[in-house]
Amino acid sequence: MKLYEYMAKEVFHRYNIPIPDGEVASSPGAAGEIARRLGRPVAIKAQVLAGGRGKAGGIQFAPDPAAAEAAAGELLGSTINDLPVERVLVEEQLSIDGELYLGIIIDPASRGPLVIASARGGVDIEEVPDRDIIREPVDVRWGLFPYQVRSITSRMGISGRVANRFAAVAVSLYRLFRREDVILTEINPLVISGNDLVAADGRLTTDDDAAFRHPEVPDTEERTGIEEEITDLGLSYVPLDGSVAIMANGAGATMATMDILEHFGARAMNFLDVGGGADGEKMIRALELLARTKPAVVLINVFGGITRCDEVATAARDVSRRGVLGDIPLVVRLVGTNEEEGREILREAGIPAHSQLLDAAREAAQLAGGNVGGGGDLGDTR
Amino acid sequence: MAILVNEKTKVMVQGITGRQGAFHAARMAGYGTRVVAGTSPGRGGSEVEGIPVYDTVEDTVTKHGANVSAIMVPAPFVKDAAFEAIAAGIGLLVIISEHVPVHDAVDIMAYAADGGARVLGPNTFGIIAPGQCKVGIMPGGIYRRGPVGLVSRSGTLSYEIAGALGEAELGISTAAGMGGDMVVGLSFVDLLRAFERDEETECVVLVGEIGGAAEEEAAEFIKTMDKPVVAYVAGRSAPPGRRMGHAGAIVERGRGTYEAKRAALEEGGALVADFPWEVPGLIASCSRD
Repeated sequence: MKLYEYMAKEVFHRYNIPIPDGEVASSPGAAGEIARRLGRPVAIKAQVLAGGRGKAGGIQFAPDPAAAEAAAGELLGSTINDLPVERVLVEEQLSIDGELYLGIIIDPASRGPLVIASARGGVDIEEVPDRDIIREPVDVRWGLFPYQVRSITSRMGISGRVANRFAAVAVSLYRLFRREDVILTEINPLVISGNDLVAADGRLTTDDDAAFRHPEVPDTEERTGIEEEITDLGLSYVPLDGSVAIMANGAGATMATMDILEHFGARAMNFLDVGGGADGEKMIRALELLARTKPAVVLINVFGGITRCDEVATAARDVSRRGVLGDIPLVVRLVGTNEEEGREILREAGIPAHSQLLDAAREAAQLAGGNVGGGGDLGDTR
Repeated sequence: MAILVNEKTKVMVQGITGRQGAFHAARMAGYGTRVVAGTSPGRGGSEVEGIPVYDTVEDTVTKHGANVSAIMVPAPFVKDAAFEAIAAGIGLLVIISEHVPVHDAVDIMAYAADGGARVLGPNTFGIIAPGQCKVGIMPGGIYRRGPVGLVSRSGTLSYEIAGALGEAELGISTAAGMGGDMVVGLSFVDLLRAFERDEETECVVLVGEIGGAAEEEAAEFIKTMDKPVVAYVAGRSAPPGRRMGHAGAIVERGRGTYEAKRAALEEGGALVADFPWEVPGLIASCSRD
């Protein structure tokens, strides 16, 4: 779950990481009120889960409460990179003597946390040359020691009070990274302001699979209605921009189905993985929801392991009988466990079934108006 | 021979009285796997499909000599189950459960390194040495025994390729799933190294997907291998920034793309298939060389 900046900063604050004085507002009047309380120039920051917010005009500065109210009025209700702005964070403007970068991620290669630091904060870390980035893996059995951070700051070329402050922030950030089940956090910039360090911006992504032990973390996921309903079925769904609705089993196989469609000049309208052993009712419900997205064609690709072909066929038949799909054509590829029973069910229902993914993808692409002739050399099609 | 498991392997199932645990324990035993015991805290003394159930993993080790555990408990309990298995001296943990918190996986891998245990998963379909031993949820019937080693991040896609190999009368020495999560135990490199040493294996098929850098690391290792490697990578058409089902399958900030993985694998000397059904043909072409 990606948290909004103001939520990330609330977490930082709980762990004693200094943040600018400020509050979140959802109306221009409230924003002006916060600026009045702060009694000094403020920054008004759109709360959206998008990168490049500053460049897109999502951060404005105001010298007084009236200007703050006006800036908030402009931002609230607008969109930043297609995302609606429902809240703004009103914060004191910091005096900036320097900008650092500090982040912690889960690193698949070292199978643990990786601290990332740079003396060149304030820009996207992707734009910082590799030689200016320090990476320090952490052994979770011991945690992050201050001495490790001293080694990091020494390599960053910072010393004195700033280096000591940096160590304190890093140790706190590591502690919250572990305790709050964080998979990515970033303080950029970590502003040097006089003798202090302040987290001027913050990113925090928590692990959805650990949500059961953090009931207090709010759901910030911005889903469309159908995405929400399919996700609630416990299925894995991602809306895409093509015209072929896909239902397949297994993440890898679903991606492969999309890839093959694209080869035939058609594009998937969604990624829908019904996983292993999804029951018939769920598949029927998922197909009903897919039909509502108005695809040119629906393609079911199942290699049954745990998933039984007869259950998939029954779901396809019932959906077709109930007229849920209307005149949307249905293409089915079905192999694996109980394949014969499944084919028999489809035969009786008058739904043709392919055994090769190649043939099914080609037919689906054709129905969607794809450039099937341009398929090129497909090699051995067994 | 095969890698990691064989006909002598003694498997125990953690969570054997659960719906998935009971179903798959029976299917593994039906395949001919020596499923010697299972655990379910509080249910010790009972039986599932004729398999004895204990309260602790330790009992399955001391009474039956179990050396591999298939973990099929609900995600919140996986960390405890895995630590128990490692503490009891189980040599290989096969963590089938999905949605394990990533910090739990990190802790499991650290403790496994201390305890000298190896881990497949979490979120793996398991491992199968056709005709010898099946530890996992894969459909046993599609695998034919033979000289091809198969390692995959994805379950169904590996079934697709195992099925295509079978139709081309190509058999498999061992098929192993790494798991689709961000943090998993054995890596492509660990499994490729095992296949390189395995006498029964003549060539290896690597099934990868977008996200992370596991395929790129594998490509570096492939440069040092004598046995040929054929690869297939899923997710060429996936948009960046979206997690495609697996926690690890996401292109973020230009990293983990199909193009980068394909280029690295080709540079490492692997033959890369455009489609799953091309894999058998590419294997035939490298064994002719």
